[in-house]
Amino acid sequence: MPKEITKLIHKYLRHDKKFPHVWCPGCGNGVILGSLIRAIDRLGLTKDEIVLASGIGCSGRMPVYVDFNTLHTTHGRALTFATGIKLAKPSLTVITVMGDGDATAIGGNHFIHAARRNVNLTAIIINNQIYGMTGGQFSPTTPYGSHAATAPYGHIEHAFSIAELAVTAGAAFVGRGTVYHVQILDKLIKAAVLKRGFSVVEIISNCHIQFGRRNEMGNPVTMMEWMRDNSVTVEKAEKMPSEDLEDKFTIGILADEEKPIYTEEYDKIRERAGD
Amino acid sequence: MTGKKKRPAVRPEKGTQRNIPGKPSEKQSERAKKRYSHTVFKDWCKKCGICSSFCPKNVIGQDEHGGPVFERPEDCIGCRFCELHCPDFAITVQELGPDTVGDV
Repeated sequence: MPKEITKLIHKYLRHDKKFPHVWCPGCGNGVILGSLIRAIDRLGLTKDEIVLASGIGCSGRMPVYVDFNTLHTTHGRALTFATGIKLAKPSLTVITVMGDGDATAIGGNHFIHAARRNVNLTAIIINNQIYGMTGGQFSPTTPYGSHAATAPYGHIEHAFSIAELAVTAGAAFVGRGTVYHVQILDKLIKAAVLKRGFSVVEIISNCHIQFGRRNEMGNPVTMMEWMRDNSVTVEKAEKMPSEDLEDKFTIGILADEEKPIYTEEYDKIRERAGD
Repeated sequence: MTGKKKRPAVRPEKGTQRNIPGKPSEKQSERAKKRYSHTVFKDWCKKCGICSSFCPKNVIGQDEHGGPVFERPEDCIGCRFCELHCPDFAITVQELGPDTVGDV
């Protein structure tokens, strides 16, 4: 671990932007931004080799603050823009940051088909279980029975598991972390960026303002305690009986496999067609 | 019943030294103990309370507005939980060299 973590983070920030950042006090997005910067620093990549694309939502503000090649795109379309960049310039390391609503509701089809195609991208999906910026409407990952602005009597729909959806859709690398387990998160993001193929990191984050307040977890500390008490690492989960694992979520690497990459296959097609 | 007899607590009188087997002597622990300095960048701190709530050694307290105050810096073990979890990059923990004199 580097000796001065915060100093390292400042190396990558755009200090001419308005700081402190726009997110609420204690928001997990700030922790994730720090984790992403540390992971990139450990990989030894320069600022010009990285493209960070985002959609709309609180997570969409993330590229504004970091000094990479950045894109703040339309709602749900971060992956489509990223796919275009990767096809045009495969040498770049392309990372997308999306929220749970952005990735699985508005951009749901883009997400599963990017996973199916196996484009060499990294998708970081911040799952705070709610549409935070627009006022706390329920999202596809809001748990059954919890409360939201549009579900004041309890939510009657069932939640997506983003990581499991990504595994089923064919992503080459799938990991899940939380903002409480920051050191695991650093390693997951680093492994995901290094992975050749479509890699997904689902990050359980805290929106204590829109989600927590309506569900008896009104501050970042109680939400982080909830993450600590309800998460089990993949290694531990293997040894536990399945009844102990109901209501809990696993963290760590959920899938890791080698597959032909879209950009390389596309180059082969061009060769075959005699370009 | 555990069958274990509770031993009466023996406290050394004030001012006396006692060697506890298995524990490093005072000289050793003095050498091994690392010291840390902590800086809070108050302009960026939003007083969310994550650092003061999760500090494993209760080094960090809160002022009247909820902002962090490093009350017992000498107890810090350098886990950097506060620095890693600060969403606003407002805390810096620095290891002090053995030559640093004065209070941390």
